[in-house]
Amino acid sequence: MTGSGSPVSVRDVDIRFGDFVAVRQANLDIGAGEFVCLLGPSGCGKSTLLNAIAGFVTPVDGEVTCGDTRVTGPDVSRGVVFQSAEALFPWLTVRQNVAFGPRMRGVGKAQRATAVDRYLAMVGLSHSADRFPAQLSGGMRQRAQLARVLANEPSVVLMDEPFGALDAQTRLVMQVELDRIWRETGATIVFVTHDIGEAILLADRIVTMTAGPSAGIKNIYPCDLPRPRDLTDPASAALFRQLREDIGAEVARTLRAQGLDDGHDGRATGDPAGRPAGAGTVEPSSPGVNGTRVADGDRRALR
Amino acid sequence: MSVDVRTVPEKLSRDKSAPTRRRGNWPRLTRVGLGVLSVLLGIAVWDLVSRNYTAFFLPSPMLTWQGAVELVRDGTLWDSVTASSTRILTGWALGVVIGVPVGLLMGCVPWLRLMLDPYIQFFRFVPPIAFVTLAIIWLGPGEASKVALIFYTTVFIVALNTLAGVLSVDELRLRAARALGANPVRTLASVVLPSTVPHVVTGARLAMGNSFLTIVSAEIVAAQSGLGSLIWTARNYAKTEWVFVGIIALGLLGYLFDWILRMVTSKTLRRYGVNF
Repeated sequence: MTGSGSPVSVRDVDIRFGDFVAVRQANLDIGAGEFVCLLGPSGCGKSTLLNAIAGFVTPVDGEVTCGDTRVTGPDVSRGVVFQSAEALFPWLTVRQNVAFGPRMRGVGKAQRATAVDRYLAMVGLSHSADRFPAQLSGGMRQRAQLARVLANEPSVVLMDEPFGALDAQTRLVMQVELDRIWRETGATIVFVTHDIGEAILLADRIVTMTAGPSAGIKNIYPCDLPRPRDLTDPASAALFRQLREDIGAEVARTLRAQGLDDGHDGRATGDPAGRPAGAGTVEPSSPGVNGTRVADGDRRALR
Repeated sequence: MSVDVRTVPEKLSRDKSAPTRRRGNWPRLTRVGLGVLSVLLGIAVWDLVSRNYTAFFLPSPMLTWQGAVELVRDGTLWDSVTASSTRILTGWALGVVIGVPVGLLMGCVPWLRLMLDPYIQFFRFVPPIAFVTLAIIWLGPGEASKVALIFYTTVFIVALNTLAGVLSVDELRLRAARALGANPVRTLASVVLPSTVPHVVTGARLAMGNSFLTIVSAEIVAAQSGLGSLIWTARNYAKTEWVFVGIIALGLLGYLFDWILRMVTSKTLRRYGVNF
């Protein structure tokens, strides 16, 4: 199933929960087989946007399309890996968890077993196939979740901070593995994270969001560094600084809105105006930038 | 949602250290030994106190033992135990079998839950004993009335616990199931029901306890057999020790039933988080 990713498009999407406007006028185009990271601080609406692509929440305005079809609810073509391993079914073994999707789709027994074995091997869990989720480590549980999603051979894989609960070392291993698995399957991946380094290691493009409520797409940074990537590489480091300033501005805005002084705005660079020094072309207050637009400064940083 | 006194909050933690902490680090022999010692002490106190009263007011342990031997010899005790057990097990099993799907349906169909809610709020306060008379008028003095009362007790508790279980199923699991291609019916069978198992088992255990309360009342009012009837007819012979035999038999029988239930469920349903 190599090269079987679907494009995803988010058009003028508004998401509301009652009177609360979570996301306003979000636009994003994701190419087939592309790896896109949604990056931002907590509460910025990135998971909400992911849930809209998954079909768990319905936009009040605008539309999400996957391939040629409009998203109206969850579907096997869009697999979801959750942050919490509670999403695994604790009464089923790893093998039974992975077989769940194919079983629901009515795949025959023999074919099911082949698929399960294949994806268990892909995530490196063949030796733990008959254990229960409670008997696995955090990293192994997330591998199991990934295998369970891949067994349905989705064209889009949506990942909601899947490594957020893992320790730093395990996370690093998982990131390398995910990079390999993505290339093996060819699926489109939309990956939500608040970890800038993680985004740089994995993504083809990094999407930052304005702080919620009324969150929107802020900037889109292409990230075409050679893989496997290294965060200590100068180009990576430059992109890292840029992303940190981009997000820092949003965090500072949120904190000011909550009544904190400028001196305690949580920014790492210490610029009192909250304006990133080396990002003159980035406009922190321009939500709803169309998906194809890229700031010039970003390109410079990458070359 | 309605919170019933007969619904206990479910401990779903899979923390393996919890039972160890609760039981302490004492060896099994010590734990059993302390239990036995406590029972012997209780009997000794009972014996001492009984010396100050007549056998009619408070029979001694020895006299009670003799009464028990008497009742075992003429077969009364065994007949009473089997009569009560049969009624309890029949009514309880029927109640569990009906209560689980009712609770599942109530959990999954909001309008059904809203329609049944007034009845639940009302009947919560009507104990099964209040229906003894009606049960006899409608179903006669035979087995049916007793079984129906046990059924009423059980179905209520099991349905409410199952409902609580359905309402507490992790939204994450439901989303995962839907994204993996499970339709609502299959989600119910393969995600909601397994998630609810610990609640169902808790409900079944509570219902077993309440069935014992109900059966004694029912048998006292109208029955020729059973432990309740034994306790009640002992009065006619001024045999207070038979009352004690009946009470002790009830306690032991309940303990035995609960132990069997715990053993069987924690062996067969362990993977669903049932862990005693």
